[in-house]
Amino acid sequence: MNGDLFSPETLAFLAAALGRTLWMTVLGCTIGFVIGMGLAILRRTRAPLLAPLRWAAALYVETFRRIPFLVILILVLFSVQAFAPDLSLLGIATIAVTLAATAYLTEIVGAGLDAVPRPQIESAEVLGLSAFDTLRHVVLPQAWSVILPPAAAFMVMFVKDTALASHLGVVELAFAGKILVNKGFSPLVGFGAVLVLYALISWPLSRIATYLESRLAASRHR
Amino acid sequence: MPLLDIDNLSAGYGGKTILDGLSLSAERGDVVSLIGPSGSGKSTLLRVLIGLTPPTGGTVRIGGEAISYADKAGLKSLRRRMSIVFQQFNLFQNMSVLDNLTLAPVRTLGVARAEAEARARDLLANVGLADKAGSYPDQLSGGQQQRVAIARALAMQPEILLLDEVTSALDPERVGEVLETIRSLASTGITMLLVSHEMAFVREISTKVVMMDAGRVVEQGSPAAIFKTPTQARTKSFMQAIIRH
Repeated sequence: MNGDLFSPETLAFLAAALGRTLWMTVLGCTIGFVIGMGLAILRRTRAPLLAPLRWAAALYVETFRRIPFLVILILVLFSVQAFAPDLSLLGIATIAVTLAATAYLTEIVGAGLDAVPRPQIESAEVLGLSAFDTLRHVVLPQAWSVILPPAAAFMVMFVKDTALASHLGVVELAFAGKILVNKGFSPLVGFGAVLVLYALISWPLSRIATYLESRLAASRHR
Repeated sequence: MPLLDIDNLSAGYGGKTILDGLSLSAERGDVVSLIGPSGSGKSTLLRVLIGLTPPTGGTVRIGGEAISYADKAGLKSLRRRMSIVFQQFNLFQNMSVLDNLTLAPVRTLGVARAEAEARARDLLANVGLADKAGSYPDQLSGGQQQRVAIARALAMQPEILLLDEVTSALDPERVGEVLETIRSLASTGITMLLVSHEMAFVREISTKVVMMDAGRVVEQGSPAAIFKTPTQARTKSFMQAIIRH
């Protein structure tokens, strides 16, 4: 890595860092979305038996939305190392992203579910549809177009927050910029490359979100 | 034995009584119209009957069988026998007219998809909307949406159909087509319980008219009896107020 930004080894180094940033964001947010959806649905159930779970979900969401991501990273680092000392730093950072994303996405999915007009649900109910069928055929199809824009915006925003994982020693994009500078690149070139790469991943993520939105929002609204 | 027998039914929200020990019955094939001032509990009665608002007392029997509103199984069997059409249609916005009609029969009655579709197309033809099977609700006029909603309720093959002010949200020009649909439905012999402010229509179509006020039945009888020779002061004043405008 001596001076040539476009040397194969520098490019490979940047590509690996880019991969780690993408990995943390996409995997963490995807798992977070799935769990978040589960928690959002759980929080809207009414069965008395599920009350302790609802309470736990509420506590989790309210807590993790209020802790800075850096603190979550450090908490996960220390708790994971106590149980699974072999887990890679990237794995630890991904867990931290998942935990934070789950809390935020629970709220985003929940707002989407709440946006479906009550009479739509009553109609399903009087036709004898089960809670699951109502969710699957009536509520979720109508909630997607409300859920997706903020969920995608959250993910695009979180790409940037994963830079904090550099504090753990994960060589993601921001850390890669620092390493390049240490190796003798001018800060303008090193971080310039990082800037371009951040922009390059944010852009397609936004595009995918827009695409999904237009496809899934084919469900019509009044 | 009456098909629908409501005995001493009560309901309310947050300490407020809406239905106050109401009793009412309907024979098979009856068209029972509920009339009365706003807030008299007409719509609440329909919501209680279909299980959207829990009763606080009394019993409802269909074909002699008491409905248990407190448990899921009771509600499930109820909704195989009774269906409701709302003022605001409430069609599922995310699916075609055909899917609106087939979803519940397929998912809850276990009807085969092809059979449900064939039946849905028949029902759409009956309400004059055979060509709208592939349309989405927001592509239809209010009157068309309401006719689809009626067809959707009928797709469940209910014995009793509840109609809650089904023309109140429509353009004046669209009221006629929906009333025409209900009129032809009445001739099929289905039992109907309807809340309506279309007094001329109520008078024409009903086998029984029920005057309600403050969550109770004030008076009931044939349309002629209620409209021409009411016996209760409350019915008389209601009729006079209606006739005046």
